[in-house]
Amino acid sequence: MSQDAIDPSRRAWVGIACGAAAVGGAATAVPFVASFAPSERAKAAGAAVEVDISNLKSGEMTTVEWRGKPVWILKRTPEQVAELPKLDAKLADPDSQRKPDELTPEYARNKARSIKPELLVAVGICSHLGCSPTAKLQAGAQPSLPDDWQGGFFCPCHGSMFDLAGRVYKNLPAPDNLEIPPHMYLSDSKLLIGEDKKA
Amino acid sequence: MAEFKELPPGAPVTAQVTNWFENRFPTAFTEYKKHMSEYYAPKNFNFWYFFGSLAMLVLVIQIVTGIFLVMHYKPDAALAFASVEYIMRDVPGGWLIRYMHSTGASAFFVVVYLHMYRGLIYGSYRKPRELVWIFGVAIFLCLMGEAFMGYLLPWGQMSYWGAQVIINLFAAIPFVGPDLALLIRGDYVVGDATLNRFFAFHVIAIPLVLIGLVVAHLLALHDVGSNNPDGVEIKEKKDPKTGIPLDGIAFHPYYTIHDILGVSVFLMIFSAIIFFAPEMGGYFLEFNNFIPADPLKTPAHIAPVWYFTPYYSMLRATTDVMVNVMCVLFALGAVLAFVKGSMSGKVKIGIAIAALVTIALLKTFDAKFWGVVMMGAGVVILFFLPWLDQSPVKSIRYRPGWHKYVYGVFIAFFLILGWLGVEAPSPGKTLLAQIGTVYYFGFFLLMPWWSRLGEFKPVPERVVFHAH
Repeated sequence: MSQDAIDPSRRAWVGIACGAAAVGGAATAVPFVASFAPSERAKAAGAAVEVDISNLKSGEMTTVEWRGKPVWILKRTPEQVAELPKLDAKLADPDSQRKPDELTPEYARNKARSIKPELLVAVGICSHLGCSPTAKLQAGAQPSLPDDWQGGFFCPCHGSMFDLAGRVYKNLPAPDNLEIPPHMYLSDSKLLIGEDKKA
Repeated sequence: MAEFKELPPGAPVTAQVTNWFENRFPTAFTEYKKHMSEYYAPKNFNFWYFFGSLAMLVLVIQIVTGIFLVMHYKPDAALAFASVEYIMRDVPGGWLIRYMHSTGASAFFVVVYLHMYRGLIYGSYRKPRELVWIFGVAIFLCLMGEAFMGYLLPWGQMSYWGAQVIINLFAAIPFVGPDLALLIRGDYVVGDATLNRFFAFHVIAIPLVLIGLVVAHLLALHDVGSNNPDGVEIKEKKDPKTGIPLDGIAFHPYYTIHDILGVSVFLMIFSAIIFFAPEMGGYFLEFNNFIPADPLKTPAHIAPVWYFTPYYSMLRATTDVMVNVMCVLFALGAVLAFVKGSMSGKVKIGIAIAALVTIALLKTFDAKFWGVVMMGAGVVILFFLPWLDQSPVKSIRYRPGWHKYVYGVFIAFFLILGWLGVEAPSPGKTLLAQIGTVYYFGFFLLMPWWSRLGEFKPVPERVVFHAH
């Protein structure tokens, strides 16, 4: 048999059969790969969170959980808000121009990145690799921070720094500002995180 | 098929039993000879040759202790942390098995790094052993995956945030990154789904691949034969009558007995760590991992376990400034190739275009993405070592004296990068990490040039061996 010349018609069928088997095999992989995607239960768990902020004093911060992520609510002092525009030269994206649809809802595209100037609502997840930065609200020289620190957030993982509006400093690992989640005020003391008026 | 052998009547019972098996399963006998009693290894192995067999021992320790841990562990975000503490406190002997497994992970990397260092200095990756080396690097990659996924299982703070950071590395890949990270996590944040799949990978998928690669590594090694500290091919000088290499000795019994010494010393150190310093001051088991995972709070100081830190430092070193430095280095390289290179005009233009494209890409994507690329490239570049090294001799013994300094500085920077990776970032340390990263890549990428330079010493015909 091995001495015989190759029968091209059989070769073609062998080729077609192998091709068909490869397509079938690849199709079989689809459900397995699909099983890696978030389950329906995981997709459903994304409800908005209501927070009472009546007890939040000026200069204080509180953290709530929304979709498994920490969301910071920081009440900045008027002096801190006044300081924000002065930092522009040191920031990578002072006017929230980058990825505005993902990071900064329209109502927060201002210097304070907030609806009410003093109240910052931001997802406390570093835009670098997802650590939660540490609040370093006090101004002044501190370990790991520059001497002219104006208060803000410092990511312990890779040293990224953010100002009190969650705007990232230049030339650090984190490329983007902190995400401002969709949020709205239900009243002066009630904040809803995860939904805004458009939704 | 082998002939069916009949023993004469009255043969000893042991011979009859052996013969019975040999007639029915001759493969076991031929393979035993091929890999043990008639595998001829160079007789001049030194200290550095203990680590291959030790890696095998640690693999066995990890598999056996792992099986017993799985009997008590619960892969559930709500139960995992408590089940590990249950193993530590309530399961009889559980603490010992767990410490064997956690110390074994670090021991694995100690042994494998030393094993790789041996390959590096004696040129064990050179022709015809390229595949042995490539299988080895693949094993190293698998080990990193295995260690990373295993570290999530105790569901402590470092488990959680370490996984969060590493999975987000994938999110930095342009276009497909965020979806890829989502597929890996199986949820929008690291959670129960992530823990379950990491458990599946850690206990079955990766170990299977790992064992397959170890088998391939050994089979390929036994096909081409072991290298030795002199980098001399022992197969070139064979006994004309027996065909056995003159400088070879049978693996069994000579090296099996020899390796028992290495195993004994290793087990003394291993036991000392298990009993007296299982956490190794926070390097083998980080203190923050004794706090249950809290998705709302990153520990103040986060660092991977020590064996990842050299590569983690490279990731951290890649800032915008570093990307600019890389652009300048690529431009310089292209200019140098253009002015000094001896290739044709077309190739030169090709190099110039490639450099421009690289620089354009470097400036287009975030430094964050390039950090991930650098971290990955740090490991992947090892695959190319057999072709990067162009020196006329294999072993460091016969290389120019200054090559030893090049290697020495390389090892020093690798250790410094490792140290920097566990330290909190600061401007000075970042600069040091950047210098180390540039040296690490320069060492490999410029190897085709520097490894040829200098005055090489004559390589002896036979291995250098002094009987005791």
